[in-house]
Amino acid sequence: MNDKAKPGREGFDRRRFMANAAKTACGVGLAGLALGLFARQARSLPAAALRPPGAGPEEDFLGACVRCGLCVRDCPYDTLMLSALGEEVAVGTPYFLAREIPCEMCEDIPCVVACPTGALDPALTEINDARMGLAVLVDQETCLNFLGLRCDVCYRVCPLIDQAITLERQENLRTGKHAMFIPTVHSEHCTGCGKCEKACVLDEAAIKVLPLKLAKGDRGGHYRLGWVEKEKEGGELVPGLIDLPDRLPGGVLP
Amino acid sequence: MTQSRRDFIKTQAAIAAAAAAGVSLPSVGGAQSPDDGIRWDKGVCRFCGTGCGELIGVKDNRVVAIQGDPDAPVNRGLNCIKGYFLAKIMYGKDRLTQPLLRKRNGQYDKDGEFTPVSWDEAFDVMAEKWKAALKDKGPTAVGMFGSGQWTIWEGYAAAKLMKAGLRSNNIDPNARHCMASAVVGFIRAFGIDEPMGCYDDLEHADTFVLWGANMAEMHPILWSRLTNTRLSKEGCEVHVLSTFENRCYELADNGIVFVPQTDLAILNYIANYIIQNDAVNWDFVDKHVNFTVTPTDIGYGLRDDHPLQKQAENPNAGKLTKIDFETYKKHVAEYTLDYTSELSGVPAEKLERLAEAYAHPTRKVSSYWTMGFNQHTRGSWVNGLVYNIHLLTGKISEPGNSPFSLTGQPSACGTAREVGTFAHRLPADLVVMNEKHRQAAEQIWQLPEGTIPGKPGYHAVLQNRMLKDGKLNAYWVQCTNNMQAAPNMNEESFPGYRNPDNFIAVSDPYPTVTALTADLILPTAMWMEKEGAYGNAERRTQFWRQQVKAPGEGRSDVWQVMEFSKRFTAEEVWPEDLLAQKPEYRGKTLFDILFANGEVDKFPLSELQEGFDNDESMDFGFYVQKGLYEEYRRFQFEGPKKGHEMAEFEVYHKTRGLRWPVIDGKETLWRFREGYDPHVKQGEGVKFYGKPDGRANIIFAPFEPAAEVPDEDYDLWLSTGRVLEHWHSGSMTRRVPELHRAVPSAVIFMHPRDARDRGFKRGQVVKVQTRRGEVSTRVETRGRNRPPRGLVFMPWFDESQLVNKLTLDATCPLSKETDFKKCACRVVKA
Repeated sequence: MNDKAKPGREGFDRRRFMANAAKTACGVGLAGLALGLFARQARSLPAAALRPPGAGPEEDFLGACVRCGLCVRDCPYDTLMLSALGEEVAVGTPYFLAREIPCEMCEDIPCVVACPTGALDPALTEINDARMGLAVLVDQETCLNFLGLRCDVCYRVCPLIDQAITLERQENLRTGKHAMFIPTVHSEHCTGCGKCEKACVLDEAAIKVLPLKLAKGDRGGHYRLGWVEKEKEGGELVPGLIDLPDRLPGGVLP
Repeated sequence: MTQSRRDFIKTQAAIAAAAAAGVSLPSVGGAQSPDDGIRWDKGVCRFCGTGCGELIGVKDNRVVAIQGDPDAPVNRGLNCIKGYFLAKIMYGKDRLTQPLLRKRNGQYDKDGEFTPVSWDEAFDVMAEKWKAALKDKGPTAVGMFGSGQWTIWEGYAAAKLMKAGLRSNNIDPNARHCMASAVVGFIRAFGIDEPMGCYDDLEHADTFVLWGANMAEMHPILWSRLTNTRLSKEGCEVHVLSTFENRCYELADNGIVFVPQTDLAILNYIANYIIQNDAVNWDFVDKHVNFTVTPTDIGYGLRDDHPLQKQAENPNAGKLTKIDFETYKKHVAEYTLDYTSELSGVPAEKLERLAEAYAHPTRKVSSYWTMGFNQHTRGSWVNGLVYNIHLLTGKISEPGNSPFSLTGQPSACGTAREVGTFAHRLPADLVVMNEKHRQAAEQIWQLPEGTIPGKPGYHAVLQNRMLKDGKLNAYWVQCTNNMQAAPNMNEESFPGYRNPDNFIAVSDPYPTVTALTADLILPTAMWMEKEGAYGNAERRTQFWRQQVKAPGEGRSDVWQVMEFSKRFTAEEVWPEDLLAQKPEYRGKTLFDILFANGEVDKFPLSELQEGFDNDESMDFGFYVQKGLYEEYRRFQFEGPKKGHEMAEFEVYHKTRGLRWPVIDGKETLWRFREGYDPHVKQGEGVKFYGKPDGRANIIFAPFEPAAEVPDEDYDLWLSTGRVLEHWHSGSMTRRVPELHRAVPSAVIFMHPRDARDRGFKRGQVVKVQTRRGEVSTRVETRGRNRPPRGLVFMPWFDESQLVNKLTLDATCPLSKETDFKKCACRVVKA
């Protein structure tokens, strides 16, 4: 009764891919052209395309993936697709688009189990550890919660609610009596499943899952956050420093 | 063209699929600039009881855009995600545009296919069925089920037609499922309905306590106000109680998950704590409070032959007995910290912290509740128990000290409660059981004495039972989706609607589950397609003008009621002794007697606002809404009960709503307290004037177990409820593609270990079973709701997973409101 309606999609299953590839090859009759396309596509992944759980850096993944399509076959939600010729994703490799069908984060990770080569890392046994990408609230101007409205759909559909996405509370100075709930993504928990992007109610999602490489800043090692380090240390990093009392007029408490 | 039931389902499925695919159904354009030709006018949100003010943008007879009214006191331009999509709710692809009657071979047939008919034919067939039922069994064989989403005049006109015209008290609103327990709580404690405080308490309180109210999702804008106070006021704290962790716990300073039904014990423990720690406000208690006790072992509102009902010693008993303080003290003394902690499963320190918050000598405390309290087999008791605490400490009827019953529907207060659409009520807090009240109504309505029957009619749950039993035969449902909403669908509601003895008409804008189960579907104008008025939870009455025309032949509920009344003459529905009192009514129709009565038809069309449609008025030839409202208003000033006074009709079109009582051009924010409430005289301080002696009742009620408790066969508690994205049965919000995409289907929320023990993986399809039925759904072990072990939660918005096949029709025996939060279920592999 509650079967998910399956939207029409651009991607192909493996059999259709093979058939189409063969037709294309025959029709054009130029295998060299196909190879050329393949080589050009292989270099980079478009920002919207996400790899399955357990996929390593793009170059490593492409080296290990044998384009067998078994992960796509075993995906129970039809999230994963195989890239076809003419698409921007390296042909024959698995990917998904969060806005179409996000990853449902299966506990037993069937796509990883199906992978015969380790392109999807078999060491990934806990789906919370997957890093398919990172959700980024890319447009604060249109995000309804930044305007003070109570949407927060991205937050409530997050499988790791209160961890991967939290609502940070601020006062709404315009109304003077309402709080604003700012959706905030935490990369230490976000798996990049894409449920938030899928559910965003705007015509164009304000929150998007991007490949980690695009999404994440890097502060470098030359600066540390003092309050974080202190907490990690469980006390001052330089012990034994003292503070002398202040001179104050009588009756004034320090 | 014949539209069959199957066609409807197909259309709906297509739309659902399109929505899931993210295919935009015809979308609405936004306002770009002041000269884009959009007309803006004041409106009110269609959804919950918060009552957010909106501005409605119309172009070419279509609502093309919405904005939160930046100056509306409730929401200051904000909206939740449902309000954000208001512009789309009227434009679902399957809007009904003509009456549809089940027919076979050109004739009405209960098993026929839905066939388009004219309004004339629809009402001809319907009137024939109603007259047959009246002739056969009398007024108790006809009935109506209405709504807290009716506009004020829609509810008023319907109640008048039923109680005055057809002499049947068998009219009840869906608000019975929603806040009937709150009403009984108010009447028993204060003798007058509705909260004493208002939303301003959200800024004034120091401590907030949520009792079975998931405000974070169900009252999103009020929650942002509460959160802001928590954020900005030093020392402010929030206590949250429920039977499972919901989104409110994220803000909770003291989050409490208790075993279902033990809220009764926790509240008595707090009263005990207040007494033991000498925190009783004696000055207040001595002057303003009576101590009473309510009968116990009162059953569960089930059918009389149900074993549980037969076992009860005092079924349905509620008469209060006066006691003294010492007796009350002895009663609550049983609820010690240890006993209560053990029974409720709540750690002692959490209970103590909660009790301290109420007992604190100076901190202001506001308590909020909704369905956790109201949908409870002891709902009337538990409402009273929270008042006990506020009365013992005197923390009531002043800014920040407020026990506040939130409502779920936009006009549960304004319509369902205030104009008397309940089976026992009359307008302005009057009741049919009281002869003086009936006489007052008969006088204002210009009826022969004895017209209104003195016995309450069938309440919501009883209506479905009587339909099934063949005692209620002609039935009209307006503005609600009760097949999906009412409990125990398999055993009661569905057999009742499909009983061959019965004729069921359903008025709705969309082909809901209820409409598709009916025999006649009447296409209905909704929301901005009619001039309307709603009353929100803080007694604020808000008006709007008709902004656009309904599609096709859609007509408003008030038009339908008034037009239908033309089909009955006085002789057909009244006995000779009534006619003899008013011979001038002989030969007149009920329309003449009830609506063209010199009062309702007193305001001419010239008083309509220029530039706006008003289809009912143009049709009947007088300002329908104004006439109905001003006649209703006479009850507030001429009736035997004071305290519900409202302003003149036109004032509401010029304001952003007013909180009654409105006297001398001023709103009332806090009732029963001198200086705030015009009914409390100088020097009286506090006066609960709903009671003859001006004193409120503290009512002792003990803990008693729930009707159906998990056992070996059915080992889990099942609680049902809502999600923020969808409103009630989803008949509007599921037609907004974006909301459908956000939350496409219901799931069952379950503790991860309960799932693992049963061998379920997250997302797996499972069957939820109770003694009454079975529903398939998917397991969710993560996400917004975190039930404890032993309890599962399932929302009811999804018409493809009718959770009310599972629920039990046990009610509070006093309020007759169903407990949708507690029955026993099991979950098995599909």
